[in-house]
Amino acid sequence: MIRFDNVSKRYPGGYDALRALSLHLERGQMAFLTGHSGAGKSTLLKLIALIERPSSGQILIDGQNLSRLPRRRIPFLRRKLGIIFQDHHLLLDRTVFDNVALPLVITGLGHREIGRRVRAALDKVSLLGKERAFPLTLSGGEQQRVGIARAVVHKPPLLLADEPTGNLDPELSREIMALFEQFNQVGVTVLVASHDLDLISRLPYPILTLRHGQLRPGAAATRS
Amino acid sequence: MNRLRGGLAGQTRAGVQRWLPASVRAYLRCNAQVLISSLGRLYRSPISTLMTAAVIGIALALPTGLLVLLDNLERVSIGWDGSATISLFLEQSLDDEAADALAAQLRNSPQIQDVRHIRRSEALEEFRALSGFGEALNSLEDNPLPAVLVVKPSEAYSGADAAQALAETLHARPEVDMAQLDLQWVQRFTALMEIGRRGILVVGALLGLAVLLIVGNTIRLDIQSRRSEIEVTKLIGATDAFIRRPFLYTGLWYGIFGATLAWMLVELSFWLIADPVEYLAGLYQSSFLLRTFDLGQIANLLLMGATLGLAGSWLAVGRHLNAIEPR
Repeated sequence: MIRFDNVSKRYPGGYDALRALSLHLERGQMAFLTGHSGAGKSTLLKLIALIERPSSGQILIDGQNLSRLPRRRIPFLRRKLGIIFQDHHLLLDRTVFDNVALPLVITGLGHREIGRRVRAALDKVSLLGKERAFPLTLSGGEQQRVGIARAVVHKPPLLLADEPTGNLDPELSREIMALFEQFNQVGVTVLVASHDLDLISRLPYPILTLRHGQLRPGAAATRS
Repeated sequence: MNRLRGGLAGQTRAGVQRWLPASVRAYLRCNAQVLISSLGRLYRSPISTLMTAAVIGIALALPTGLLVLLDNLERVSIGWDGSATISLFLEQSLDDEAADALAAQLRNSPQIQDVRHIRRSEALEEFRALSGFGEALNSLEDNPLPAVLVVKPSEAYSGADAAQALAETLHARPEVDMAQLDLQWVQRFTALMEIGRRGILVVGALLGLAVLLIVGNTIRLDIQSRRSEIEVTKLIGATDAFIRRPFLYTGLWYGIFGATLAWMLVELSFWLIADPVEYLAGLYQSSFLLRTFDLGQIANLLLMGATLGLAGSWLAVGRHLNAIEPR
């Protein structure tokens, strides 16, 4: 699902965020990405979502070579992804329903179908009663769950999360991770960037550790 | 009953689905949604919307109002165009009876609608009364003035060229010393009107450009204030067309509102000057009434506003939207 071959990313100014990194995540796999801040976690996720382009190397997402993807095709690649941000990136002037509906609206789906799928997604994250609320009236955990509902409402085959539990207490963090596991169980490939080692080391998924823009050898230990 | 109603609705929907492919329906639905939602967005900030629309309205009202005024002036002059007359100055040797006979003869011609005979004595009286040379004329033995036939061509010969040709034919007659076509001042007036029209077009073009820039700038600010929203929608996989659409429709609405306001402003201005104009027309024994817009002109004005609004937002969107990329 995700394949990096010798991918390097050098930012203008000479800072090397990733150095000749190679990794492979199978379809339907779930994995964690960790490492201290500045190790390249965010850069890696941004390269997958084509927010950044690699300086060298090759990235394949769902069999599609990103370096050959023209600019106008980028939106269609992004529709295969569900992206969850640490600061949830919700639109504050729209209701929970409208926020979650956004990925469906941009595909031009009929509003009856949108309503059905949005409620299904909100039900999944136990926020069905809040669809008319505005994001600022929700707690941090609820906002993050709205973000998750928005990321999965269009049933993407690949889910990316960047520090999804960064601002949450351990109890809520466990709930969020449990949600990711549920999505993974129905076949979604999940990659979660997190430095919450306590939490992720207790879960039975491989942990990819980044250090100075490279994968730490042998760190991708699978526990089962 | 419910099932019946559901069945009927289902049938119509199926009918529509057969007519249009799914992608076209999705496209139309998207556009309709954005058309309404951008209107709602403007409605939620009424003051700033109204101010922008007012600026556009005033800019459009000025050339539009002047054009309507010009149209009215032209309508006044249409009556004049038809009133082209030919003055035939007859030979001095012709006496009143001969002149009367000639007038009667001309009256029978199909090219001529009417002939008025100004006798030599009448011409002298008129000249005496109007010129102020009365005393001097008294000292003359003979009446130096010729008789004049004022010829009004028939409808078909009222046009400038036809009337000119008629005047030349009449001039060729032995009784006629000189034939003068009183059309020159109408032509001058028409020329002045043409200058006025060109002037208004220049002013209109400049103000149209101003509207373009006003809308462009408003949309640019709108884009900046919605920067984070644009970033998020791009990240979720929105195409450029999808992101562009609400801004284009906003510009379209601005243009339509501005044009509507311009229409109202012009109507109001003409309502304000209608009474004095009617009074003036009354002084000229005319039943002239100011006319403002007909339906076609209103449609044109709205179309112009909509086009300028759309073009202005297109300029802003093209320049500023691509610069926003998620980080």
